[in-house]
Amino acid sequence: MKLRNAIAPLEYSRRWSLRSIFLASLVFLYAPIFVLIAFSFSESRRLINIKGFTFDWYVKAFNNSDLQLAFANSLSIAFISTAVSVILGAMTALLLWRFRFPLKPVYEGAVALPIVIPEICLGVALLAFFARVGWPSDLPWPLNLSQITVSHIAFSFPFVAMVVRARLSNFNRELEEAAKDLGAGEWGAIRDVIIPHMKPGLVAGGLLAFTLSLDDFVITFFTSGPDTVTFPLKVYSMVRFSVTPEVNAASTILIVITVVLTAVAMWLQSKSGDKPVAGH
Amino acid sequence: MSEHDPIIQVRGITKRYPGGVMAVDDVTLEIGRGEFFALLGPSGCGKTTLLRMIAGFEIPTDGDILIDGVSMLGVQPNKRPINMVFQSYAVFPHMSVLDNVAYGLKMDGIGQAERNKSAEEALDMVKLGGYGKRLPSQLSGGQRQRVALARALVKRPKVLLLDEPLSALDAKLREAMQIELVRLQQQVGITFVIVTHDQEEALSMANRIAVMEKGMVRQVAPPAELYEFPNCRFVADFIGKMNLFEGKVVGIAGEDVVLDVKGIGRVDVPAIPGIEGEIGVAVRPEKLRLDRDQPSTGRIAFRGQVSDVAYHGDSSWIFIQDEQGHSVMTAIQNEERSTAPKVAVGDQVWCSWSPGDTLLLRE
Repeated sequence: MKLRNAIAPLEYSRRWSLRSIFLASLVFLYAPIFVLIAFSFSESRRLINIKGFTFDWYVKAFNNSDLQLAFANSLSIAFISTAVSVILGAMTALLLWRFRFPLKPVYEGAVALPIVIPEICLGVALLAFFARVGWPSDLPWPLNLSQITVSHIAFSFPFVAMVVRARLSNFNRELEEAAKDLGAGEWGAIRDVIIPHMKPGLVAGGLLAFTLSLDDFVITFFTSGPDTVTFPLKVYSMVRFSVTPEVNAASTILIVITVVLTAVAMWLQSKSGDKPVAGH
Repeated sequence: MSEHDPIIQVRGITKRYPGGVMAVDDVTLEIGRGEFFALLGPSGCGKTTLLRMIAGFEIPTDGDILIDGVSMLGVQPNKRPINMVFQSYAVFPHMSVLDNVAYGLKMDGIGQAERNKSAEEALDMVKLGGYGKRLPSQLSGGQRQRVALARALVKRPKVLLLDEPLSALDAKLREAMQIELVRLQQQVGITFVIVTHDQEEALSMANRIAVMEKGMVRQVAPPAELYEFPNCRFVADFIGKMNLFEGKVVGIAGEDVVLDVKGIGRVDVPAIPGIEGEIGVAVRPEKLRLDRDQPSTGRIAFRGQVSDVAYHGDSSWIFIQDEQGHSVMTAIQNEERSTAPKVAVGDQVWCSWSPGDTLLLRE
C-alpha cells in the first residue's frame, strides 16, 4: 500500500520543496505590498503598529491639492507618452521585422540599448541634453510637462518595439500574401491583416509603457522642475517630510489603478480571440 | 482541349536564387482552359516556386507567364486574375467566416449587401452554409480549408491555384476532399492548378500532370499515360511502384528488339523508335504473375526466392530476390477469407509478364 502513495514524477504539487518555493515567492513579492495597504487603513499616525480601521487617510490624500496636481501630471504624461511610444514602437518593430537593410543588427542593438543603460545615466544625459538645446521650462501647463514626456517616450518605446517585434515573429506570411492575392495593396494588407495580428502586442506594449511612465522616478527626477512634480516625486518628498499613512493611501490608489488597467487590458485581449503574448 | 485554348502559358520560366540555386530551370508548359492541372514532384523540385511565380509572389529571373494571353511581367499579385488556396489556408483569424469570404469582394469595391450575399452563396457551395458568423478558431482544419476555397472562388478567378491543399488533413478527410475538389472544379468550371507531392492525389484528381524534378519538367501527360508510358526513369519510379532492371540492346528481330537484361537474360520485346545501347527495362508490379512452376514460353520470366511478405489486408506485397541480388515486387489479392498466407518467405517462385507490358526507358 505504501508504494501506491508514492509521489509520481510529475506530481509537483505534492512535493513539500515545491510548495515552499511557491509560498516563498508569494511572500517575497506581496508581503511589502500587504503591509503598505494594511497601514493605509490604520488610525495611528505612525507606521509602527496598526491600530483600528479608518478611511481618514484616503480622504486626506484625496483632498491634498499638491497630490492631486502631481497625480494629474503623472496621468497626463503617462497617456501622451504611451500613445507616442506605441506608434513609434510599432513602426520600429515593423521596420525590424519586415525589411532587410545594411547594418540592421547594429540598428536593432541601438534600439534595444536604452533598455539596459542604467536609468541614472539616461537621466543625467537627458538633463544635459535639454539644457544644451535650451528647451523652454517655463511653459504653461500641460506644455511644461514636455521635457518629462519626451524623456518617458525615449525610454519606453524600445520596450513597445521589443514586445511588438516578438509578436510579429510568429506572424504567418501567407496571411499577408492571401490579402494581396484577394486584391489588397501594400497598405491594405498592413491595415487588414498585420495590424490586427499586432494588436495583442500593441496592448501589452502600451500597458508596459503606461506603467513604466506612471512609476518612473529616476529619469523624471532629472527632467522635472519645481512646478512639474509627478506622483512618484511627490510621494518621495512626502516621505522625506514625514511618513504618515497618507502616503500609503495614495500608493494603494496607484496600485488599484494599475491592477484595474491590467485586468481591463487582459480582458480586451481575451475578447479579441487571440492569446495574449507573454510580455517582457 | 489543352493545347488549343491555353489559359496559362509558361514560357521559359527560370528562377535563380542569390547564391546560384536554380529553383525553376527553363520551364515551358501550357495549361488549358477548364483543366484540372497538377504540378507533381518531390519536395524541393521547384513546383511551389513555379506556382508562386504564377501567383506573383516570386519574380522570375527569366521568361514570361501569360494568363489568358496577357503577360504578367510586373503585374502585382493583387492585380492578377487568379486566386490561391494557401498551404496553411491563411484564413484571417480575426475576421468571421463571412468576412473572410467577402474580403476579396470588399477589396474590389463591392457593396456590403451584395458581397455578403455572394459570400453566403460561396459558403453554401463548399457546404459551410450557416457558418458565416463563426470565427476561424471555432472551425476544424477541414472546415478552415473550405473557407479558404470559398474565399478564393467567390472572386470568380480565371485560375485557382492550390498549394498542397490536402497535406494537413488526415487520410480519411483527404480522400473525401479529393472527390469534393473535383466536384467543385466541374461545378464552377474554373481552371485549377494544384501543387502536390502525393502522386495518388495527382493521379486521382487531375486531367493532366506535370512531373517536376530539380526545377525541370520531366513529363506532362494525362494520369493514365503518365502511369503506363513514363518517358524516363524518374517518372517511372516516382509515379506508382515499379520494378526496374538494367538492360542493353543487342539486336533487332523483326518488329522486336532483343535485349540482354540483368537477372533475366535475353528477351524480345516490341521495339520503340530510337532505342539503343544501355537502357532501363521496367514493369509495373500489377502486370506480374506469380507461379510455382516455370511459366509458358512467350512470357518474360524471373526466378527467385520470396524475401519478404507485407500484409495489407486486401492484398499482400511479395518481394522476390534472386541469387545475384536482383529483386522484384508484386502484389497478390487476398480473395479468399483465410489467415493462412498463400506465399511464405523462402518459397521459390516464378514471376512473369507479357513482353508487351515491358517499358523501355532511355533516360
